[in-house]
Amino acid sequence: MFSEVLSLLPAGIINGLMFGAIYALVALGLTLIYGVLHIINFAHGAMLMLAMYMAYFLFKILNIDPYVAILIVTPAGFVFGYTIYRWGIGKLSGGRDQNILLITLGLSIILENSALVFFTGDQQTISLPYSYEAFDLGFLYLSYPKVISFVASLVICLLLWMLMTLTDLGKAIRAVAKQREGARLVGIDVEHVFAVTFGIGVACLGAAGCMLLPIFYVDPYTGNIFVIVAFTIVVLGGMGSIVGALLGGFIIGITESVGGLILGESLGQVGISLIFILILIFRPTGIFGSKV
Amino acid sequence: MTKSHKLFAGSRRQFIGRASATFALASAGLSIPHIAKAASAVKIGLIHPATGWAAYPAAQLRYGAQMAIADINAAGGIKSMGGAPVEAMLGDSQTKPEIGAAEVEKMNEAGVNAIQGCYQSAVGLAASATAAKYNIPFSVDVGVSDKLVQRDLPNVFRMADGYGRIASDASINLAEINKAAGSPAKTVAIVHEESEFGTGTAKLVTQALAKHGLTVIETIKHANPTRNFDNIALRLKAAKPDIIMPINYPGEYVLLAKTLRQQRVDFMASYSVLGGGFNFKFVEEMPQIAENMIDVNHWYDPSSASGQAMRARTESEGKYFTFEVYCAYMSILFLVDGFERAGSTDKEAVNAALASSTLNVDFMPYGPTKMVNGQNMGSRAVAIQAQKGDVQVIAPSSYASASAIFPRS
Amino acid sequence: MTFSLKTALLILLGLLTAILAPLGISSKFQLDVLTLIFFTAYIGQSWNILGGYAGQFSFGGVMFFGTGAYTSSILLTSFGVPPIIGIFAAIFMGAFLGLIVGYLSFRSGLRGSYFALITLAFAELLRVLANSVEFTGGGVGLFLTYAPGLHNLQFNSPTGFYYFSLVLLVISLAIAMWLERSRFGAQLVAIRENEDAAEALGIDTLKCKIYAIMIMGGMGGAAGTFYAQKYLYIDPPISYSIALSVEMLLVTIVGGMGTVFGPLVGSFFLHTVNEFARHFIDTPGVSLIVYGFILILIISFLPNGLVGLFRRTRKKKDDNDA
Repeated sequence: MFSEVLSLLPAGIINGLMFGAIYALVALGLTLIYGVLHIINFAHGAMLMLAMYMAYFLFKILNIDPYVAILIVTPAGFVFGYTIYRWGIGKLSGGRDQNILLITLGLSIILENSALVFFTGDQQTISLPYSYEAFDLGFLYLSYPKVISFVASLVICLLLWMLMTLTDLGKAIRAVAKQREGARLVGIDVEHVFAVTFGIGVACLGAAGCMLLPIFYVDPYTGNIFVIVAFTIVVLGGMGSIVGALLGGFIIGITESVGGLILGESLGQVGISLIFILILIFRPTGIFGSKV
Repeated sequence: MTKSHKLFAGSRRQFIGRASATFALASAGLSIPHIAKAASAVKIGLIHPATGWAAYPAAQLRYGAQMAIADINAAGGIKSMGGAPVEAMLGDSQTKPEIGAAEVEKMNEAGVNAIQGCYQSAVGLAASATAAKYNIPFSVDVGVSDKLVQRDLPNVFRMADGYGRIASDASINLAEINKAAGSPAKTVAIVHEESEFGTGTAKLVTQALAKHGLTVIETIKHANPTRNFDNIALRLKAAKPDIIMPINYPGEYVLLAKTLRQQRVDFMASYSVLGGGFNFKFVEEMPQIAENMIDVNHWYDPSSASGQAMRARTESEGKYFTFEVYCAYMSILFLVDGFERAGSTDKEAVNAALASSTLNVDFMPYGPTKMVNGQNMGSRAVAIQAQKGDVQVIAPSSYASASAIFPRS
Repeated sequence: MTFSLKTALLILLGLLTAILAPLGISSKFQLDVLTLIFFTAYIGQSWNILGGYAGQFSFGGVMFFGTGAYTSSILLTSFGVPPIIGIFAAIFMGAFLGLIVGYLSFRSGLRGSYFALITLAFAELLRVLANSVEFTGGGVGLFLTYAPGLHNLQFNSPTGFYYFSLVLLVISLAIAMWLERSRFGAQLVAIRENEDAAEALGIDTLKCKIYAIMIMGGMGGAAGTFYAQKYLYIDPPISYSIALSVEMLLVTIVGGMGTVFGPLVGSFFLHTVNEFARHFIDTPGVSLIVYGFILILIISFLPNGLVGLFRRTRKKKDDNDA
């Protein structure tokens, strides 16, 4: 039994890495929104779900491959996020924590049930022509969709990192995250930056949705399945840190995978909650986070 | 059944008296005087998780029930009650037992005559127990836990199989299929979801399989929901079972099937029990994956004209012909037959009529109805297989529409 | 909060109405709805103690409910302990869990969203554990036998449970009223307004916060026993899923955080809106969309909750500003 687990360990680690990259992408949007705006977005899962549905319909109706659809869904996510924040959350919340909580909660209820009304509760999966092609590693088959998702996640993380460190917009965002009032004083349009950040966060969800669809399924409630893991990663990696989200994603992915091998798929989930709790107790700022 | 029935009714005399009085007053208000045959509607409540993760099965269950009600009304309603029409009362359990129970209270006040539901066994248990307080006839359209019919409640019935009988049917069918192919299969690996549905069924199947010489070499429990089946696929690959047996909900069912393919896991057959994701849609949309997968489940009788007609009608309305549709239809027929034979909506009379029902449901592969403690012993789960993009019944042989392709090609 | 004669009379009138209600309401369904409203108000009040008064938002309130439910249920099914005693064990376990979570979280200095998230993590942890351990019944859950009787805290009619929930509700209101008049309550409010200043003033903020979460835990534990005895079935999703955590904070924020009657008002309002919407709208989901919009509208225009409406029309000044 133990030897069985040992022999599957290399495969388990690689599986964890692959899936971890997807987790990282879901967490990416969250770490930006949480790190810069300091809001817990209850509607994060619902928006991921919408992104997945958009990719689904683009595939079903227009026959667009989900990985190509990223080019459509990501900008759409940005527009959606920017609009929702600028003329919704930002306007209505008055910056109070409990308001934002309730507003994003209300938003998630609206989005989930709208999906239920318009798309029905039926689960939808897709099969791509290359869904079952795989790289043969001997002890493990790496299916093409998983590999593409992995690579795409890394690329998007890199692009986002470049955006944040090399562009003026990125500097503005980081300034606002660190010192809201100071940023305002030097002439940065804080509300606009908030909305842009929210938009980028949702855009990341758009990309994540496209990559999840081929390897999962979508119904009005699937978004929430990934959210608690995303939160764990955000805290683990450090709020606002892109590298942290990626590394955190890998760590959580591997923990889940190896935990499942050792403790069984049911109890194996305990690893994620334990890491979450331990990190919050001993190093709440996360691996790459700066001051709270 | 009799002893607790008497106890129950005795202590509920007060409330039944009050409820009857209220109902009498209400119906007096409803009925129009001076018309010879008062034919006020017979109300059947439908309680299902219309919102929440089980919204789709709920929609299918409502659809099937409402189709049945429409057909009955079109054929003249309940003849023994002067052609009384049947009316549906819709209730949303929101996947919560407490809401399901509250819906029963609500419907009771609105004068419901019978209730059908609830897809989730936990909700069904709470709702039927509440219905029992008022002796409202309760028919479980879908709900596999055997606890539903083990409580000695005289008002609770179930036409379809529970997991006990299904586990037994599944093992018998598997043995039959295996034998017909020269008994190549010896070992089974079960992959089941973690709640009562998966765990309970897995336990019973393991016991039943042992009686037929098949050993379960690996039992893998997975979370609800599970995001990733790669490791499970690898464990299965290492265990090398002849048969893989999934017992889970639709999302995970399909995901597991896809992952097994991706990891090139080799096995003689995927033989699921109550496989949530095995249906016409799965076979249509993923023919490569679905090909030759076998499931043991509630299924209609494809050789029956009424079954074929129902399928054609459902598909012409843009819906998939899932088991929820005909299980709900059958449950309505059962209830209405009870009203028909009782000749009234009197609860004790109807419950007695239901308990003695011998209804023959043409579109199901069942024998005549025979209720024992609320469970229909005439029910049967059949083994179905995806063959060339269509679904065939492969066991038991009396209902088979095609022979099994086993081991899979 | 000192009582004017008028307020005291109003409260007494309300209590009297509630006690006499079952005599006037023949509809079992209405009684059941009221029971659910009271239950949600009760459990919302438990969140209010820590979240409204002490300002520590938690997302894991369900863990006290679940732990209480399992405690009394396991005592009943495995050891034959009647729930009328078991409920006290449930309260104890809930408070004890509060102590552990509170100590670990507050000792580490977690505040704001970090605290909220760690409570969520604890609830998740318990859910996974409950799924995997034998004595909780694992994923199958625990089935309780129907056996009405006071010792079982089971009642054969909705009236019994109505009074049970009313008792719980009155106790929760009393706790909140006590909080508003006591030094401890004032300390919690001081912590909420400015924790560092409170510490500087000599308030042992750690101890106060831990006491608050223990009260929340104890209250939650009793709620768990109530649920288990009414619906006779618990499993890990029922006991530890986030839905109830959200409902607790929802009714409190909508009703008015940091007020005695906030959770009750919020519970009444939200249940009524939900029922109303469902009554008129048949298509599944549409009523919930309406519900979502109403939530957003309420918090946008009434940031202090519904209780704020009453406050504005009353000619009273000051009061705790939420």
